[in-house]
Amino acid sequence: MSKENVLKVENVTMQFGGVIAVDNMNLEVNRGEIISLIGPNGAGKTTAFNVITGVYAPTNGAVYFKGDKIIQNHPQGKMKKLYQGENPEQYAGQHVMAPTPDKITRLGIARTFQNIRLFKSQTVFENILIAKHLRRTSNIFTATFRLNAREEAQMRQETEELLRLMELEDVRDELATSLPYGKQRHLEIARAMATKPELLLLDEPAAGMNPQETLELTQFIGRIRDEFGLTIFMIEHHMDLVMEISDRIYVLDFGKPIAEGVPEEIRNNPRVIEAYLGGADDE
Amino acid sequence: MSSKTKTMWNVGLIAALLLLLFLLEQVIPSGSMFFTVLKKGAIYALVAVSMNLLNGFTGLFSLGQAGFMLLGAYTYAILTIPVESRNSVYQYFDGGVIQFALPVPVALIAGGIVAAVFAYLIGLPVLRLKSDYLAIATLGFAEIIRAVFQWDKLGPVTNGSNLLRSYPTFKSVLYPFVVAGICIALIVLLINSTYGRAFKAIRDDEIAAEAMGINLAHHKRLAFVISSFFAGISGGLLAMYQTSIQASMFKSAMTYEILLIVVIGGIGSVTGSCISSFLFIACSEWWLRFLDNENLYIGSFHVPLLRPGFRKVVFAVIIMLMVLFYRRGIMGDKEFSLEKISNFFRRKRGKKEGKGGASHE
Amino acid sequence: MSWMEMNLPYLLAGISVGGQYALIAIGYTMVYGILRLINFAHGDIFMVAGLLVVYSTTIMPIYVAIPLMIVLTVLLGFVVERVAYKPLRSAPRMSIMISAIGVSYLLQNLALYVTGGLSQQYPAIPWISDTIQVFGATTKRVTVITPILTIVLVALLVLLIRYTKIGMAMRAASKDFETSQLMGIKINSVISTTFIIGSFLAAIGSLLFFTNYTGVTPTVGAMPGLKAFVAAVFGGIGSIPGAVIGAFIIGICENIIKGLGWTTFSDAFTFALLIVILLVKPTGLFGEKATDKV
Repeated sequence: MSKENVLKVENVTMQFGGVIAVDNMNLEVNRGEIISLIGPNGAGKTTAFNVITGVYAPTNGAVYFKGDKIIQNHPQGKMKKLYQGENPEQYAGQHVMAPTPDKITRLGIARTFQNIRLFKSQTVFENILIAKHLRRTSNIFTATFRLNAREEAQMRQETEELLRLMELEDVRDELATSLPYGKQRHLEIARAMATKPELLLLDEPAAGMNPQETLELTQFIGRIRDEFGLTIFMIEHHMDLVMEISDRIYVLDFGKPIAEGVPEEIRNNPRVIEAYLGGADDE
Repeated sequence: MSSKTKTMWNVGLIAALLLLLFLLEQVIPSGSMFFTVLKKGAIYALVAVSMNLLNGFTGLFSLGQAGFMLLGAYTYAILTIPVESRNSVYQYFDGGVIQFALPVPVALIAGGIVAAVFAYLIGLPVLRLKSDYLAIATLGFAEIIRAVFQWDKLGPVTNGSNLLRSYPTFKSVLYPFVVAGICIALIVLLINSTYGRAFKAIRDDEIAAEAMGINLAHHKRLAFVISSFFAGISGGLLAMYQTSIQASMFKSAMTYEILLIVVIGGIGSVTGSCISSFLFIACSEWWLRFLDNENLYIGSFHVPLLRPGFRKVVFAVIIMLMVLFYRRGIMGDKEFSLEKISNFFRRKRGKKEGKGGASHE
Repeated sequence: MSWMEMNLPYLLAGISVGGQYALIAIGYTMVYGILRLINFAHGDIFMVAGLLVVYSTTIMPIYVAIPLMIVLTVLLGFVVERVAYKPLRSAPRMSIMISAIGVSYLLQNLALYVTGGLSQQYPAIPWISDTIQVFGATTKRVTVITPILTIVLVALLVLLIRYTKIGMAMRAASKDFETSQLMGIKINSVISTTFIIGSFLAAIGSLLFFTNYTGVTPTVGAMPGLKAFVAAVFGGIGSIPGAVIGAFIIGICENIIKGLGWTTFSDAFTFALLIVILLVKPTGLFGEKATDKV
């Protein structure tokens, strides 16, 4: 496999007031890889995701997607004085890029949420269909007057197809919130897939799952990576899943990356063990 | 039932309804309360559905409806007063500055467009606000608009705080039914399109919607502008119905009434809004009228408490009870429920749509 | 000097109206602080307080009527909360707000029924309605009393919130509703107390307000109510000193605008101010920042 870089996080620092949530993070995700981000609770993993997906503009640093810079910021205004991170000058004066989450998704980065965020009043089918909205070519008039019938039909057909691939056909018309927990996680992944991403970010996909469900999810993630040619970057606490599936692992503690490597290296890394044991861990 | 047969059925039903109304008009005297309710009900149905598009389908709690109706009503009236009547209407402003009159349909649409343009401008700043702050800001804008239209410096255009009158009105109940019906049909088409789905996604979970690639600012603005456009048209219709208008009519109390109609019908149900607006108008204008009669006897028993105004008290109590104990409203958000049970609802919906003059695709 | 002389009456009126708004605004800001509810009915409770005086003074002496009015207004505030808001405590916020609008609609229609839609003459209250001279401007004594009384009441309220047990419970509930419940705070009695205090202050506010504006109509409470709410937002919702300062600023600005001959826009100004504040500093002057968690 050629090592084409899909995601590159460069010197990203995220500081809220005086608190540094992510401290000078650097990481790379290559095409076709499954990369895990682990670390004790409160290490800044979800914050890192929120920076990559445009929910927060980073305080400093840049993010690249497929080699193109998509996010960039430097400490400004009040933050200029408050800033305690590294490289304060590196991006100074450069153009600020802070796209909103919808723009990031349009580029081809989709995500799921730690606390499931489905469209509650909608069915499984509709949840996925909504995600097709962003690839539309119709405008509000053509859509209202049904001049986009072909596109609409195609959206529906693609949704049906995705339902089949994701094994959600049997619950097609159920309300999203009436599904069992594991299926809801499935649906969230399916909905993210419907935006046709190249990079999929999963925020604790196995949270709250029993070992059996976790095992199924492990296989499922591996399968969608292969079938859709995806690159996957995930936050996870279930070490079985992480060790089983990851090509590489990044470890974060107190906002700082403390280790990086293949599962075997991470398993035996003393700093990682210390971070977990010292951090009154939750595993 | 395929969608084609469904459409055929709906078209047939609407045609039958209009024919029925036409026949009724030949039979029942035109001054009857029945027609008052139908006319006003149709107009309120439109504005309630437009409010539902925003509050129920997009989850934006806006209370600016009266302001946008005012814009529509004034635009309509100002543009259609016949040139020969302008001197008497604008008697304090030398006949006003506008010396032409547009055809009725053009002026109605112009009313919608003016409301939409204002909504666009207002939306730029306020749509960033969340829930109740948005509500209070839109309410505030409606009040500002009302004040501006009463300003005597604008008198040559708006006639200041004086009445606008002598513009063309409608006689037949068919008129508001057809106009409101077309508008509601358009809103329903929109709600069932991919944009409508995006609106509902925003309502259910803004953060997830944005993560699914839905541009929040753009879609909220769309919903706000479209809702206001139709509120503007309903304002124009209301002006026609009232035969004369004044800015002081469009108080926040009017918005509250429309909001209550939406709530009673079911937030997120178009047919619910239609039914409830007819019920609301019928109750407040007609069915409870007897409560205002001081000399009501049952046998020889003189019913106490009855005098003008009592009807409104009873009505308000009913509404309060509905809000407290029947929170989902008449329809809940049912009409857009699962395909499986839609057959069941389609039968129901057919009937109710008849009343609402709405149509579905 | 002549400018001052010309505008002094407006400034005085502004301070006085500001004080009245402040008394109403506290009710909004406290309720919002705890329940996150814009109590749309608050302005109408203020109106009912006015009507109570109108009707009670016809059958009893004024020194009985006023305490009775205060008691009844407080009772009304308490009952409204128990009947219309408490059952909806676990419902979405929008439902409670709609319920508040429903209560407002009910109170207004009730008032319409009782008054027959006619403006009711508010009785002149001895001593505070008397005319006095301030810096050469003629005004009613109430104009001077209002700001003083407002500040005294607010000071008492702040002491109550800072140093009593119920005050501590209120602060806890407004910080975190659920956790405070878990900590054993009787949330219902805290909320009831909030409404009682709010209604009490609205009753006093109405007494002062209607001494200057003698006509009581069913919708008279709506506008002062909304303005008081704007004042509460302006000062930072949840903050009592903020609400008071906001109310004085709005009262004074509004009357100066009237003094400039822009009466049509005095209401509009308040809302324009609201929108500017919401956009520039959504948390108001003294509000705390809240963030959504993703």
